[in-house]
Amino acid sequence: MIRIEEYAPIVGEAAIEELFLLAKHLQGKMIQNINSTAVGGGVAEILTRMVPLLRQLGVDARWNVIKGNEKFFVITKKFHNGLHGVPVSVTDEEYEAFLEVNRENADQINFGDVVFIHDPQPIGLVERRKDLGNNWLWRCHIDFSKPDPKIWKFLERFVVCYDSAVFSAPSFARNLPIPQVLIPPSIDPLSEKNREIPEETIDSVFDRFGINRSRPVVTQISRFDYLKDPLGVIKAYKIAKKHVDMQLVLAGGGATDDPEGPAIMQQVQEEAGKDKDIFALFLPPSSDLEINALQRGSTVILQKSLREGFGLTVSEALWKGKPTIGGAVGGIPLQITHKYSGILTNSIEGTAYWIKQLINEPEYARKLGANGREHIKNNFLVTRHIKDYLLLFISIFHQGDVVYL
Amino acid sequence: MTDFRFYVKFDQTLLLGQKACNVPGLLEGIKSAPERCIYHHTHRFLQQHHYLSPEPPNDFAYWVTQVLGDRVLGEQLSSVDTIQFDSISGLRDRFVALIESHLSSGAKIAECFPGEEFHFMASRTFAAPTPYIAHNLSEFRDILQRVSISTLYYHIFDAKLRLKRGENDFSKWFDSNGMSALAEAVRNLDPYTYTLEGLRKRILALTKKYDSD
Repeated sequence: MIRIEEYAPIVGEAAIEELFLLAKHLQGKMIQNINSTAVGGGVAEILTRMVPLLRQLGVDARWNVIKGNEKFFVITKKFHNGLHGVPVSVTDEEYEAFLEVNRENADQINFGDVVFIHDPQPIGLVERRKDLGNNWLWRCHIDFSKPDPKIWKFLERFVVCYDSAVFSAPSFARNLPIPQVLIPPSIDPLSEKNREIPEETIDSVFDRFGINRSRPVVTQISRFDYLKDPLGVIKAYKIAKKHVDMQLVLAGGGATDDPEGPAIMQQVQEEAGKDKDIFALFLPPSSDLEINALQRGSTVILQKSLREGFGLTVSEALWKGKPTIGGAVGGIPLQITHKYSGILTNSIEGTAYWIKQLINEPEYARKLGANGREHIKNNFLVTRHIKDYLLLFISIFHQGDVVYL
Repeated sequence: MTDFRFYVKFDQTLLLGQKACNVPGLLEGIKSAPERCIYHHTHRFLQQHHYLSPEPPNDFAYWVTQVLGDRVLGEQLSSVDTIQFDSISGLRDRFVALIESHLSSGAKIAECFPGEEFHFMASRTFAAPTPYIAHNLSEFRDILQRVSISTLYYHIFDAKLRLKRGENDFSKWFDSNGMSALAEAVRNLDPYTYTLEGLRKRILALTKKYDSD
């Protein structure tokens, strides 16, 4: 298990001391995280790291995963798509089935002093609040900028029952009667996906996939989901390839609560056709080292999302000092300040233009990457995330714009 | 000599749920927003990009320039000299005056693309005492070398503007302990033109110079 002190060489001794200082203010409080999946996807990844680190700081942090049947996850996938602005139809019977699963789970959970609910799947657990009188926080990890009105209306009656709602990006804020807090997620610099690795390891991964490191490599790492626009990435590649030599890598996996991954992958493979310079890699969940190597060995990293909760792959790429082009959606503009720490684009053509620029101007690309790494170090590592969560929990018990602890 | 207790500050960012899609909307928001919102948008880049010099300007200027493409107003807003203001309301008035003047000149009003709106946010500050107490200038220097930039930020930026103490905490302590030349030297710095690490080094250098003089 990674010790909290191991982060000191990266973020500084003082930053770790400050976490202990904050954690003291939560003594005697049980903080309970609840989500819907133990593996796969960004939420489970964050909690896997976060909960043990909170406990090392002396916080009584717990993590429960709600249980749901196949029907429940089909419904929550509809919610997911609908909240991302995709037209979906949810019947009254499905809404009721969703709540029934929440109620069944509520009967089996021993709730803490602060209940921290992640995403819409367990949102209905808050119905139990009136019996308990404890504190409830709702953490939305997904892009909430254009939610389906009907689904939002259904969820809103639960959201307003929480003490605060937490969003990953400013554009997700709603007109709500409860405080809304911005907490971007984070990456772990010591994880398999982000730790330093030797050049030989990078070479060996590239060799295994048949990718030539001596030629420019443009890579997008993300789940095969059409909201990540893998087909748009291929189009941008084809435009840029007319003028610069390059290979394109599209690599990603799926999550246990995402049944659509394989179908999107098939579309990507069809679109890629017979271009030997396009590598479409469907990676299993245990591929963190491969992702690390692919990011580190690439010339330019893309995250051309059409919608995005936050886009942790952008933080991963920037942490590795890679020049990164991201779609100006969701949490990506928080990570990339255009032309300072990366490039923001809004179109296939714009993405193609900047791919060419960054391949042809490696010195400018290097500077963007260096600034990007520093930005991630200061704002998007797990230690900052822990600090924000500690503050969130503490803030429930205080009032005012300036609080003296 | 009196003691100096070092504090550290932590900011929580609140989303206000209000947004603007053009300059008149931005003006309306700046006029009606709470002070903690003006503080947030004039200091966020400074904290988040404290390693860059020059760092990106305040949020208002960045959005007007990068999103609306209004370079003239963007330049005016980015040149607002924050160090000159002793209050957030004064800072707000300056932004309001610049934008109103721009609008009254008949400038064309550009709308942003959907999804690129300006989102109004605010900072909630939590301050906590650290275990570090300086009893003299030498100890002050030793501690300043090791505390986080959040401590430096609190005593220099927050003390004057956010906490309305009129000046930075370091100068106040130097003054109260007979080190008025050092107090004046630190007071005369424009902290907004340094990276935070650069500012730390500059203050350390001033304390060493004071000792050697």
